[in-house]
Amino acid sequence: MSDDPHTTEAAKQAPPVAGGRGSGGGLPQWLPARLREALSLPNDHPRKTVAVALVLCLVCSVLVAGAAVVLRPVQDANRALDRKQNILAVAGLLGPGVDVDEAFSRFEARAVDLETGTFTDAVDPASYDQRAAAADPQRSRNLPRAEDPAGIGRRANVAVVYLLREGDRIQQVILPVHGYGLWSTLYGFLSLEGDLATVAGLRFYEHAETPGLGGEVDNPAWRGKWQGKVVFGEGGEVRLQVVKGNVDPGAADAKHQVDGLAGATLTSRGVTNLIRYWLGDRGFGPFLDNLRSGKA
Amino acid sequence: MNMGKEERAILVDPLVDNNPITLQILGICSALAVTTTLAASLLMCLALTSVTACSNASISMIRKHVPSSIRIIVQMTIIASLVIVVDQLLKAFAFDVAKQLSVFVGLIITNCIVLGRAEAFAMKNPPGLSFLDGLGNGLGYSLILIIVGTVRELFGSGSLLGYTILKPMTEEGGWYWTNGLMLLPPSAFFIIGLLIWGVRAWKPAQLEKAEYQIHQVHRTEVV
Repeated sequence: MSDDPHTTEAAKQAPPVAGGRGSGGGLPQWLPARLREALSLPNDHPRKTVAVALVLCLVCSVLVAGAAVVLRPVQDANRALDRKQNILAVAGLLGPGVDVDEAFSRFEARAVDLETGTFTDAVDPASYDQRAAAADPQRSRNLPRAEDPAGIGRRANVAVVYLLREGDRIQQVILPVHGYGLWSTLYGFLSLEGDLATVAGLRFYEHAETPGLGGEVDNPAWRGKWQGKVVFGEGGEVRLQVVKGNVDPGAADAKHQVDGLAGATLTSRGVTNLIRYWLGDRGFGPFLDNLRSGKA
Repeated sequence: MNMGKEERAILVDPLVDNNPITLQILGICSALAVTTTLAASLLMCLALTSVTACSNASISMIRKHVPSSIRIIVQMTIIASLVIVVDQLLKAFAFDVAKQLSVFVGLIITNCIVLGRAEAFAMKNPPGLSFLDGLGNGLGYSLILIIVGTVRELFGSGSLLGYTILKPMTEEGGWYWTNGLMLLPPSAFFIIGLLIWGVRAWKPAQLEKAEYQIHQVHRTEVV
């Protein structure tokens, strides 16, 4: 690993000194004179304590900040690739040996104005960052508590959706969704079939729920349970939900229900809330209506 | 490498004779959490070993300047910084497995092995020896994690490093019925328990003395 430079950083800070505790004879000359003086005091002198803490914090923050800045481009590239893979996976197009970029090019990325539910060309779908937009008051709206079941606080005005068409017919629509679980905001994609009412898949690509409990949202078996579930009830209201315990297959509502995650009631509830929000009137509801009637 | 007897002992002792997991019973939490697959175990071993070795070396270098009143904070700051750097490196170069490890890389900060070695060894010994001590303890931890990870992935999913070894029943032509328990944290407890039993049967010196003896009561005694 490339950790060796750190140890030398620390070495510069205060190399081992012959002559035991408190001797500052070996301190490097580039340190300011007052700091050198403080560092050469006996170890338990208050000024020495403050000086050591100060130097240590400086060195460590430079190290951590340096690593974060230098590695950011690589990490961003990883995240972008991961995002594409997740979109392909939720659409069921990711298999072994699939070329991610080529498969991804089959999708049509379009920006959607969530207020009007229509396509917009105000942003470039390839570079649009919904999270950054949601933090910008100019490009997002604040959600009052009553309108915010998913706990997202602010909602960006524009979201990018991915359409998979075959000829003129829409095969799948992939919508970005997010909402609060127990510890963290879950970010993911929901894929709807061409009828815009049946779930093709749901997959989260970023969350920090408890591994083994809420973290089971990543479990392929659980994700598989979403397939074929019906989002809307008779009256067009969002009925899809995660129930507590297992779904009774005989129940009339079974097609709207998904098994809860054992030991993760709050994460399960968070998933229900985010589905309800994003498919409802203040999320993608108007857009789906327009798409259905061909007015988007 | 030309190593003296002392250096060799420092490096090799923690593998079996003074293993951080099986003898000192440290670092159990992460050993339960990340060993469902061998790949995740290996990455965790790499992360922990490099953090322990580097933190030991850095702390040892400044040990004569560390005021005793803020000793632990100084150690924790160094450990935490190294862990963040390792976490950033993993996110840059091993993104998929790093996602599986999620919070557990960050939790190396609180791993008893790292702070334990800093406090017990690095504060009293020169940097070279401290580095070897960190490396040895990291490798001792790794040894157990690799064994546990191998058993869990092999019997839990029928594969090793993602390659199918025992073809599971769920696939066409499969014959192996995967053991779901192996994928759950308790199985790591059982495997580590069996390992401790095995090591202590092999090296009886590791047996702890009983803290008390059950007193034999004779019928003639009046209770």
